[in-house]
Amino acid sequence: MSKRTPLFEEHKKLNGRIVDFGGWELPVQYTGVIDEHVACRTACGLFDVSHMGEFFVDGPGSVDFVNFLVTNDVSKISVLQAQYTVMCFETGGIVDDLVIYKRGPEKILLVVNAANIDKDFAWVSKQLEANRSKFPNVKLSNESARYSQIAVQGPRAAEIVQKLTKANLSEVKTYWFCESTVLDSIPAIIARTGYTGEDGFEIYAAWDAAPQIWRALLEVGTPLGMKPCGLGARDTLRLEMKYPLYGHELSDTTNPLEAGLGWVVKLDKPDFIGKSALVENKAKGFSRALVGIKLIERGIPRQGYPVKSADGIAIGELTSGTQSPSLKEPIGIAYIKTANASVGSIVGVEIRGQIVKAEVVKTPFYQKKKP
Amino acid sequence: MNVPSELKYTKDHEWAQKDGAKITIGITDHAQSALGDVVFVDLPAVGRDLRSGETFGTVESIKAVSDLFSPLAGKVVAVNSELGDDASVVNKDPYKRGWMIKIEPSDATAFEKLLDSAAYQSLLK
Repeated sequence: MSKRTPLFEEHKKLNGRIVDFGGWELPVQYTGVIDEHVACRTACGLFDVSHMGEFFVDGPGSVDFVNFLVTNDVSKISVLQAQYTVMCFETGGIVDDLVIYKRGPEKILLVVNAANIDKDFAWVSKQLEANRSKFPNVKLSNESARYSQIAVQGPRAAEIVQKLTKANLSEVKTYWFCESTVLDSIPAIIARTGYTGEDGFEIYAAWDAAPQIWRALLEVGTPLGMKPCGLGARDTLRLEMKYPLYGHELSDTTNPLEAGLGWVVKLDKPDFIGKSALVENKAKGFSRALVGIKLIERGIPRQGYPVKSADGIAIGELTSGTQSPSLKEPIGIAYIKTANASVGSIVGVEIRGQIVKAEVVKTPFYQKKKP
Repeated sequence: MNVPSELKYTKDHEWAQKDGAKITIGITDHAQSALGDVVFVDLPAVGRDLRSGETFGTVESIKAVSDLFSPLAGKVVAVNSELGDDASVVNKDPYKRGWMIKIEPSDATAFEKLLDSAAYQSLLK
């Protein structure tokens, strides 16, 4: 039985084309992927991301416990600050990537991928029980069904969200948040985070409050060029930034160092799950790297297409690919052998039996225009 | 959905139009709408012989890749090079400027056996 977010009826009203996404009925597009993508880059995009999972970790020892779970250093962030991180298995393979919000000295919100909610909650619960003696007072709960999430992303996002809240959003810096209200009385976490490469906010509020917030955002945002965006645009926007997506670039058999997420792996912090495997991995070096490629010849790279060296030897595989709506060029992300991974290296992508010439390029693919 | 009555159709959502001895082939309004923004069309070389139902190319939107199937057997005598420069023409004008290939059919009577607009329309219900 597929699940619906609190905004399902709103998506239907807006003629969203509903598809199944990891068991959720969500719109892949409303007017069209390119149109929505461009709206987000040039004005603002409105996204229903209520399917994402929210876990609360509460009580004395919470910071230490979360720091033991994830690879980034949670002790470095302040109250009202957010942090991107991953959590690993003992093997160094990735359980999930997530965003941590520090709501109090010992009160943390973990936001995880929708498709991984059950797996992640089982994993985190298991780690807490296995280490109960160290963390006797930590409480863990899965609040995913009680929290909606709406993302407002783009150069006009701050102006739009500001119309709905009394909080002064100019004081909320990137990767910080505030606990305030929207529409006078609806409690909300308003976070300057997102997954598009644009400035913007993610608004966490009660499940049932979502339609009211969504409609209010549409009302104030539409005259400023804001458009509702589906999963299609969410994917092309993150791809242009080379932001990894679990199930594509990240999995239980990829580790964060080869995925280019070394910046969220703090091997010098106290022990955490996967640390010894990652230390060993780093010492040995990596056989493959996650790179951005652009096709030089005609075609569109897609997940699963083989990548070959100039002399035809298999060197890797695409994890994501599309025609970039901003650049109007075919772009992709691939794991390929380290020896072929330097920028400028010429490779071939096998598309339906034909080798199409491509180049390893600098990422992000898309550079935000300076204001 | 727009289903012009003067065209013939396949269950795979191609249309075919008789143009003298040639048959012009493209994808239907329903097909372009289901695909979403078309960004790439891969077409065969002129001169290629196609069997009926054979894959003659692919059409790709931002999200999806879809094969193109020849409604009839025949030789490719023209391809729409405009689609190489701007594949979105398939979305904007699927039955006219968005045509894909022209073939000379090996069996001139096969065209009449394709679906008529009423039969195709009933498939879409």
